[in-house]
Amino acid sequence: MEVDRGGCSLFGVMDESGKRFSGAQATSAIAKMQDRENGLGGGFAGYGIYPRFKNCYAFHLLYDNEKAEESTERCLEENYSIEKAEPIPTRKKTTIENPPLLWRYFLTVKETKANSEPGQEDFVVSTVMKINGEIDGAFVISSGKNMGIFKGVGFAGEIGKFFRLEEYKGYAWTAHGRFPTNTVGWWGGAHPFGLLDWSVVHNGEISSYGTNKRYLENFGYRCALFTDTEVITYLFDLLARKYGFGFDVIGRILAAPFWDEIERLPESQREICKALRLAYGSALVNGPFATIVGHTGGIVGINDRIKLRPLVAARKGSMLYMSSEESGIREVCQSPDKVWMPEAGEPVVGRLEGAHG
Amino acid sequence: MVKSTPPFGFTIDRDDEKCIRCQACVRMCSNDVHAYDAEKDVIVSDSTKCVGCHFCEAICPTSSLTVERTQSQYRENFNWTAEVINDIKSQAGSGGVILTGMGCDKPYTNYWDRIVLNASQVTNPSIDPLREPMELRTFIGRKPDRVEIDSSGEPKLATEISPQLELETPIMFSAMSYGSISYNASLALARAASDFGTFWNTGEGGLHKDFYKYGPRTIVQVASGRFGVTREYLNTGAAIEIKVGQGAKPGIGGHLPGEKVTESISETRMIPIGTDALSPAPHHDIYSIEDLRQLIYALKEATRYKKPVGVKIAAVHNVAPISSGIVRAGADFIVIDGVRGGTGAAPKVIRDNVGIPIEIAAAVVDSRLREEGIRNQASLIVAGGFRRSSDVVKAIALGADAVYIATSALVAMGCTICQKCYTGKCNWGIATQDPYLTKRLNPEIATRRLKNLLRAWSLEIKEMMGGMGINAIESLRGNREQLRGVGLSEVELEMLGIKHVGEAW
Amino acid sequence: MKKIRIREQYCMGCRLCEIYCAVQHSKSKDLVKAYRGEYPKPVPRILVEEKDYLSFAIQCRHCDDAPCIRACITGAMRRDPKTGAVLCDEDKCVGCWMCIMMCPFGVIGRGREKKVISKCDMCIGAEEPACVKHCPNEALVLEDE
Repeated sequence: MEVDRGGCSLFGVMDESGKRFSGAQATSAIAKMQDRENGLGGGFAGYGIYPRFKNCYAFHLLYDNEKAEESTERCLEENYSIEKAEPIPTRKKTTIENPPLLWRYFLTVKETKANSEPGQEDFVVSTVMKINGEIDGAFVISSGKNMGIFKGVGFAGEIGKFFRLEEYKGYAWTAHGRFPTNTVGWWGGAHPFGLLDWSVVHNGEISSYGTNKRYLENFGYRCALFTDTEVITYLFDLLARKYGFGFDVIGRILAAPFWDEIERLPESQREICKALRLAYGSALVNGPFATIVGHTGGIVGINDRIKLRPLVAARKGSMLYMSSEESGIREVCQSPDKVWMPEAGEPVVGRLEGAHG
Repeated sequence: MVKSTPPFGFTIDRDDEKCIRCQACVRMCSNDVHAYDAEKDVIVSDSTKCVGCHFCEAICPTSSLTVERTQSQYRENFNWTAEVINDIKSQAGSGGVILTGMGCDKPYTNYWDRIVLNASQVTNPSIDPLREPMELRTFIGRKPDRVEIDSSGEPKLATEISPQLELETPIMFSAMSYGSISYNASLALARAASDFGTFWNTGEGGLHKDFYKYGPRTIVQVASGRFGVTREYLNTGAAIEIKVGQGAKPGIGGHLPGEKVTESISETRMIPIGTDALSPAPHHDIYSIEDLRQLIYALKEATRYKKPVGVKIAAVHNVAPISSGIVRAGADFIVIDGVRGGTGAAPKVIRDNVGIPIEIAAAVVDSRLREEGIRNQASLIVAGGFRRSSDVVKAIALGADAVYIATSALVAMGCTICQKCYTGKCNWGIATQDPYLTKRLNPEIATRRLKNLLRAWSLEIKEMMGGMGINAIESLRGNREQLRGVGLSEVELEMLGIKHVGEAW
Repeated sequence: MKKIRIREQYCMGCRLCEIYCAVQHSKSKDLVKAYRGEYPKPVPRILVEEKDYLSFAIQCRHCDDAPCIRACITGAMRRDPKTGAVLCDEDKCVGCWMCIMMCPFGVIGRGREKKVISKCDMCIGAEEPACVKHCPNEALVLEDE
């Protein structure tokens, strides 16, 4: 059972014009903040990295052994057509030790399944929950289209090198370095956590975990990993995908403004904020956090309501950066046009041109 | 032989050196325990009449009195205790039902004392409530399933929100009828609730006309006797509570002895002076869940759907499915009253043996409503022997929205839980209508003490929340991860839905 | 001036005001000593009147137009300029008791030790009148008139 606590480092970068760039940027930025890690976990999410298979669900999997690999492939073959299956390319000479088997599959849902299930996306979610819950030794790291998560045990900079991220090109990247307070030996426990095209990197500890978890269970989400990151990912999936709320509204749900602030708002805003707190109070995330969420339409950074974890943002041209420390941004962008600290609860939203959200 | 051992239980110990024969105790005791012997210039005390209310002890200017718990001792016997022996003898004499007041005093497990709370350290900073905002504001009423925002122009709320009660703290004053308690006691509850920003409950005795001005902070009760229920009554309150049962006496109705039905009570309850006010056991128009639904909607119609309408039940074995039915019948809030709930008068055997503890009831009801996906449709208020702010925090963490207190409120006003409320001789002026006695409860003092209690508990709740790293009560609600059981069996832990001490996340 | 007012709806008839008044004006100022040791027994200057469940404590009203001052033959009964209270100078009082007969409230009493009168003096010298301080139900209050 993974427990994820303690300080960490975050980084996010996107080109809002959609131009794709190398994963080396994210790697060097996160490596710059290595002091915030303890070498027990690091990871990246990249968007737009599989243009040739952009209509397929790109499943990244880790296996403890070949038996898990076989069981999973059998499970996938039942309901999906596997357009391509291959090991994820890695570099040999790094400090990363004992990696599990790492594979990726580009999948399309079989005709029969696509027509009979309520929603293709819900079906993919249930497949992921099934593999993670039922197949011993197998874990789905990411399951989105034209995106992928790369993570493991080791310093984030090293993980980036291990996965040869400089060879990939994406329009958005997020990165994370861990400092968990429990010893961790499990690759699946590092960040980012992913479901469909959501990826979440998170620095914080949620005091409202029990409340949020029980709330999500009402909607069929099973929080099997006992990590805060999982809960945040599911909350985004629920609020953004299922309910269709925009990110500024989601910010006001997850990091709700205080009642005395709400009272000072103009009437229509006040009514909205009050209604959101009444209906979605159990989705309020209490406790310190700085989170960067990635999805096909861009990246979103958000802080808790009293800003107990650092998050800095910057813009240069069509580039948007977010980081736990300004040093990470300066490492890859010497002279940004604008640098600022987002307010507590105010999301920083990066939007891919032409994308909805 | 007819005469049997008198079942007295208290002895008055008087330090004669300090007694100044001021006779305050003689004048004040409504049970005529003390008497002044002018010849010998001493005060003598007849301990057989003492009920253990401690009023004389409080009033004595030289503190010469101690009221001690003693009685003639029978041989030790675990099963045949003095209480059991005395009850049998009493019934052999009277042939009647033994009455008592207040809540169950038997040693059933008090789960609040077997649950501990968490605190954040190192990885998550605790929050200091004296320096940072800490929100206790609670809303009672039906919550929307979804919120729709109309973004066509300036963003506007498109969902209609059901009527809500707004509380500044998750603690309200529970139902105590005017009749079971005095006018001054009711007035103090009304004023304290209004000043503090919470609510009080009329109980089944109707609303005295002098208290209509506190209407916006009053929850009016519709009980089986329908005492005082008029359209004006319903529309004056902020919310309506249909009382189907109470924790102290599940399955039976209320009873106000005729002696306590004075002119004022008669006017408020709309019954003749001096008659017993007997509430029937069931509502005679609620024999099934569909009847309840009909009554709920009748009340909503009568108040134009502007007020939350809820239902109060006692916690019994099937409390979870019953609660589910009540929510589906349209209630905006449900109140569960546990076995330790208090009363002005109830048969002792029912008070002590019927009903289940609120701790487990709250947990199973909350879990069941969530399982059915209807938890948002009604707020969950719990009651039944809440003694401390930590009990309140634990209840909210199990899943309750708010807590009702009654016994604690009475203790704040002076009550010492002597359990003799049904005699109408309450020396503290609380559970009586006798004008000699009701004067003793100064509503100014009582209001102040009630507000102090609410303030003290609210501050403590904020400290505990801050310690857990939480600054909004909605993040505590249902957060069972913050609780751990100590020395509880697996079944109990499962019922409560919490882990045992020692287990981490 | 500040005056003592009784709110009879809260007076319980416990007579503790009488006890504390007497102690305040006793030699020892100690509850037990004053009542068990002292001779003569200290006399309260406040009295609780009762009828059925109505009771209230009453003491000198320190009237604006005080009949007792007008009646006093020696000028012992006079008004204290600072507090506005009506006080009796025991050195000048000869115990004629005309003031007792004139007082419409009957709140002046005979002195015990010497042949003087005894009445409420607003507990001059103390921070608060003893009856107000010790009333357990806050029935006696000190208010600006």
